[in-house]
Amino acid sequence: MPFQGKSSNVLRTMVASADFEHSEGASGAEVRFSGRLTLARLGDVPTRLGELGPISTLDLSSIDRIDTVGAWIVTRTVNEHGAKVIGASDEARRLLDALASDKSEYRVHNDRRPAWLRMLDQIGTASRSIWHELLGIVDFFGAMIIALGIQIRARRRLRWNAIVTRFQTVGLDALPIIGLMSFLIGIVIAQQGAVQLRQFGLEVFTINLVGRASIRELGLLMTAIMVAGRSGSAFAAQIGTMKLTEEIDAMRTIGVSPMEAIVLPRVAAATITMPLLGFYASICAIMGGGAFVWVGLDMPPLTYIQRLREIIPMTDFWIMLIKAPVFGLLIGVTGCYEGMQVRQNAEEVGKRTTSAVVAAIFLVIVLDAMFAVFFSSIGWN
Amino acid sequence: MSDETRAEIQEELAAADAVRPEKFDYAIRIRGLRNQFGEAVIHEGLDLDVRSGEILGVVGGSGTGKSVLMRSIVGLQTPAAGEIEVYGKTLDTIANEEESRDLRRRWGVMFQGGALFSTLSVAENIQVPLREYYPRLDQQLLDEIAAYKVAMVGLPPDAGPKFPAELSGGMVKRAGLARALALDPALLFLDEPTAGLDPIGAAKFDELIRELADTMGLTVFLITHDLDTLYATCDRVAVLAEKKVIAVGTIPELLATEHPWIQDYFNGPRGRAAAGCNIAAERQDRKS
Repeated sequence: MPFQGKSSNVLRTMVASADFEHSEGASGAEVRFSGRLTLARLGDVPTRLGELGPISTLDLSSIDRIDTVGAWIVTRTVNEHGAKVIGASDEARRLLDALASDKSEYRVHNDRRPAWLRMLDQIGTASRSIWHELLGIVDFFGAMIIALGIQIRARRRLRWNAIVTRFQTVGLDALPIIGLMSFLIGIVIAQQGAVQLRQFGLEVFTINLVGRASIRELGLLMTAIMVAGRSGSAFAAQIGTMKLTEEIDAMRTIGVSPMEAIVLPRVAAATITMPLLGFYASICAIMGGGAFVWVGLDMPPLTYIQRLREIIPMTDFWIMLIKAPVFGLLIGVTGCYEGMQVRQNAEEVGKRTTSAVVAAIFLVIVLDAMFAVFFSSIGWN
Repeated sequence: MSDETRAEIQEELAAADAVRPEKFDYAIRIRGLRNQFGEAVIHEGLDLDVRSGEILGVVGGSGTGKSVLMRSIVGLQTPAAGEIEVYGKTLDTIANEEESRDLRRRWGVMFQGGALFSTLSVAENIQVPLREYYPRLDQQLLDEIAAYKVAMVGLPPDAGPKFPAELSGGMVKRAGLARALALDPALLFLDEPTAGLDPIGAAKFDELIRELADTMGLTVFLITHDLDTLYATCDRVAVLAEKKVIAVGTIPELLATEHPWIQDYFNGPRGRAAAGCNIAAERQDRKS
C-alpha cells in the first residue's frame, strides 16, 4: 500500500499530524519525527525545524507515512546540516533517493535585480519598444503597399466583398453612436462658447465657433477616436486571434497572402469610410450647435444656416477631406499591425488590442497637430 | 505558534483527511454508467474497476468516449445515469464543499494539451494547486517544491521561470504532469500523455510514468492510443467499445479473447511491431 511507513509502535486512535521531538546529542540535535510527514499534515514542522541549531540525525522510524513534500523536508535538512537519516522504511528510502540528487541549479524565478536598475531597465525597454513599434508600423505600411502593388500588377481583383463587409461594420454600424456623440459635442461647444462670448455681447459669434470647429477639427477628430476605439481594436483582436489559432499560417501555406485577404480590405474600408463618417459627424455637430442656438439664443435655424455659409470657408471642408483618409489609413494600419504582432497567448491579444487603440489615437492627434500647422502656414485660415 | 492555533490546524487537518486512499482496494468503481449528448449515447451500462496502485491503460477507437469517461470520473461531465465512486465517494452525492475538495486533492489530472495556464510560468503553474489547498505554506517552501517537481518530471533546470509558450510540446506535457503531481496525489489521470511526441520522447515519457508510479505508489488511469505505452507501462488494459468496457486484463489475457476489435488492435501490424519490440527488449534484459 502506498506511503505506509513501518510503524510497529503506534496504536493510534486518530491520525496524527507530523511532529518531532529532539534531544541534544554530542554533535547536534537528534530529531525524532512522528505522525504523518505529508503535505496535508505538515503543520509548523518546517518552521520549528528551521529554529533548531545543528542537527546530527533524523530518525524516521516512528512516522506513519511520508510523501514527496515530507521527503523534501528531510532532504533539505540533510543537505543543510549534513545530518544522517536513520530508521527509514523502504518506501521512505525510495522517495528520499528520488529527491537526493542536487536540485540547487533548478530555478523557479528569474534573478531579481535592485529596484533602481529594474526601473532604468524598464524605461530603456519601454523607449526601445516605442521606437520599434513606430518602425514596425512604417515597415508594415510598406509591406502593405508592396502587397497592393503585387495585387495590381498580377491583375487580381481587389476583394470588394471583404471591403464592403467592413463598410458595414466600420461605417454603417458606427453611425448612431458617432451621430449622437457629435450632436452632443456640438451642443456643448455652442453652450460653453455662448457663456464666454456673452460677456462681450458677441453671442452671435457662437455660430462661427461651432461651424468652424466642427468642420475643421472636432467632427473628424472625435470620429477618428471613436473609429480607433471601435474598429481599430476589433481589427487587432480579430487578427490576433487568427494568429493564435494558426489561421494566418494556414492561409499562408494554402498560398493566400494574409496581407491581401485580411489586411488590405480592412485598411481600405477604414480609409474610404473615414471621410464619409467625418463629414457626417461634422454635420451632426453643427445640428447640435444649431439646436442650442435656436433654443438658447433664440436664433431661427434659417439664420443659423445662412450665417454658416458666410463664415465657413471652403478650405475648411477641403482640410477635413484631406485629413480624413489619412486618419483612416493610420487607424487601419495600426490595428492590423498590432494584430499581426500577436505571438504567444491570449493575454497578448488583449495587450495588443489596447496598444492598437492607444497608438492609433496618439498618432492621429500628433498628425492632426502637424496638419494644423501646415494648413495655417499655406494660408488656409 | 500558540497552542490554540496549533489545535486549530490539527482539527483542520483531521477534517481534511477524511478520505484515506490506502484503505481502499479499488481507487475507482464505476457501475452502469450512461453518458449521452442529446441523442448520441456514448456509454451505456459501463462497468469498470481500477485497483489501488495499478496503472490501468484505457484504449478504444476514436469516438468511443475515452476522454468522456475520464471527464465523468473527475466530475467535468455529469453522467445521465450510473454510479462512479472514487475512494468510496461519489462526486455528485457529496453534499459539502469540504468533502469534494478533499477528494479533488487526492487526484491529479494531466490534460491532452497540457492545459497549462498560459499567463503563469511553469513554476507558478505547479504552485497553483498548492496555494489553493495549502495557503499557509511559505513562499520559500513553495519554490523548493516547484523546483523538485520540475526536476522529478525531467524538465531542464531553467524550465521553472519559463512560460508555456516558450516550451516545446514534450516539455509542455512534462510541465502538465508536474502540475498534476503537485499535491502528491494518490490517483493520477493521464489523457494521451504521449500523443504528439516523437518516439524517443514518448519512450522516455513512458519510463517516467512507470518510475513515478513506482516511487510515489500512484494509481494511474491512462488513456492512450500508443501501443508502446501500453506494453511499457500498463499493469492492466481496459478496452472501450460498443459503449462499454468490453474487456479488462493484462495484455496476454486480452490477446486470448476472441473479440474482433481486440484482435485487430493488438494483432494489427502496429500491434505486432510493438509486441515484438517488447519481447526483444525483454530478451535483452535477460541476457544482460
